[in-house]
Amino acid sequence: MPLHLKRLLITGVVVVSLFLLLKHALTPDSFGQYGHYRGNSIAEIAAFPVHFVGNKSCVSCHDTIVNMKNESYHSDLSCEGCHGAAYKHIENPKTEKLIKPNTREFCAKCHSINPARPEKAVTQQNIKDHHPEDNCVKCHNPHQP
Amino acid sequence: MTEKISSLSRRNFLRNAGMTAGTLVVASTLPSFNAVLFAAVKRNTKGPWYGIAIDIEKCIGCGTCAKTCKIENNVPQEPFFFRNWVEQYTIKKDGTLKVESPNGGIDGFTQSVPADEIEKTFFVPKMCNHCAKSPCVQVCPVGATYETEEGIVLVDEKYCIGCKYCIQACPYGCRYFHPEKHVVDKCTLCFHRIKKGMNPACMDNCPTKARISGDLNDPESAVSKFIRTKNVYVLKPHLNTGSKLYYNALNQEVR
Repeated sequence: MPLHLKRLLITGVVVVSLFLLLKHALTPDSFGQYGHYRGNSIAEIAAFPVHFVGNKSCVSCHDTIVNMKNESYHSDLSCEGCHGAAYKHIENPKTEKLIKPNTREFCAKCHSINPARPEKAVTQQNIKDHHPEDNCVKCHNPHQP
Repeated sequence: MTEKISSLSRRNFLRNAGMTAGTLVVASTLPSFNAVLFAAVKRNTKGPWYGIAIDIEKCIGCGTCAKTCKIENNVPQEPFFFRNWVEQYTIKKDGTLKVESPNGGIDGFTQSVPADEIEKTFFVPKMCNHCAKSPCVQVCPVGATYETEEGIVLVDEKYCIGCKYCIQACPYGCRYFHPEKHVVDKCTLCFHRIKKGMNPACMDNCPTKARISGDLNDPESAVSKFIRTKNVYVLKPHLNTGSKLYYNALNQEVR
């Protein structure tokens, strides 16, 4: 075999082997396990922490108030929808307190008149005329509105 | 120069024109995407196949879903990063359309159009459609975004190179570039909650239960019943994305 062909052949073999080695080293182990992606990433995403723990956690301590809410117009509401995520509170209930939103603006997010809100879905009030000086919670118990 | 001119010969022109016309004729005979026909077929034989349903007749535009999502999934608080958000559509009497989404609806909505100018107005919550033929997954050059066997489109943040092709490809605008992680981020349908037997956070916290998700394979699931009993429609069906986000009472004006 002529020398120049031999050199070309050797160079080719070296380049291809380097490519294969690099490919093997750089491809994550689980790549292609289920498809054209890293199979391990599914378990990694599934392991992300939960922030909103759900009403079932609330009822174990606050059963009276949750039951009161569940029998009211607010029965479909999640506790954390108003009070915020409780993942820290359930670990340290004494130090990690949740918010008690009691401003007119907060109630207005659902209950102010807006022609886009379906009338059947929610009770609406003209918040400019309806006792403008008072806080809503003065008359309405949010857990039994 | 002479070669270029010769390539524009009558023969070439007729051949290319014929091929283009033929392709168009064949493409026009393909069936368009139909949401319910698509949902009728079982796609995952091993387990659940997730779909989402949003009832516009129940959405009151409180923005709790968008606010909840940001907390649950550590989405940056700045008002241009969203995994889900709410839009208010207002069709005016002069025949124009106004679409608003101040801070994604998180701070609530106040109608900006005077009442006497409104023909019709409604809220449209938006989120990832978890398409079965996702354009975003198809364009990823490294395989960092993918569809799981359950039909959920995820991003592998360790493998994403941040090229943003998928942001361009998503016709629903459901992806954003995370400013700190420098990777693309999107709705996971709260994959971490689903796997623990919980509902997605936005759906748990929705006060009117306007949004639900569940197994399309199970005829008794809430989503399957929703599709059976309501007049459902998906966004941009002509793009054939295989969207699995079914809206009730969706107006054609919604883009």
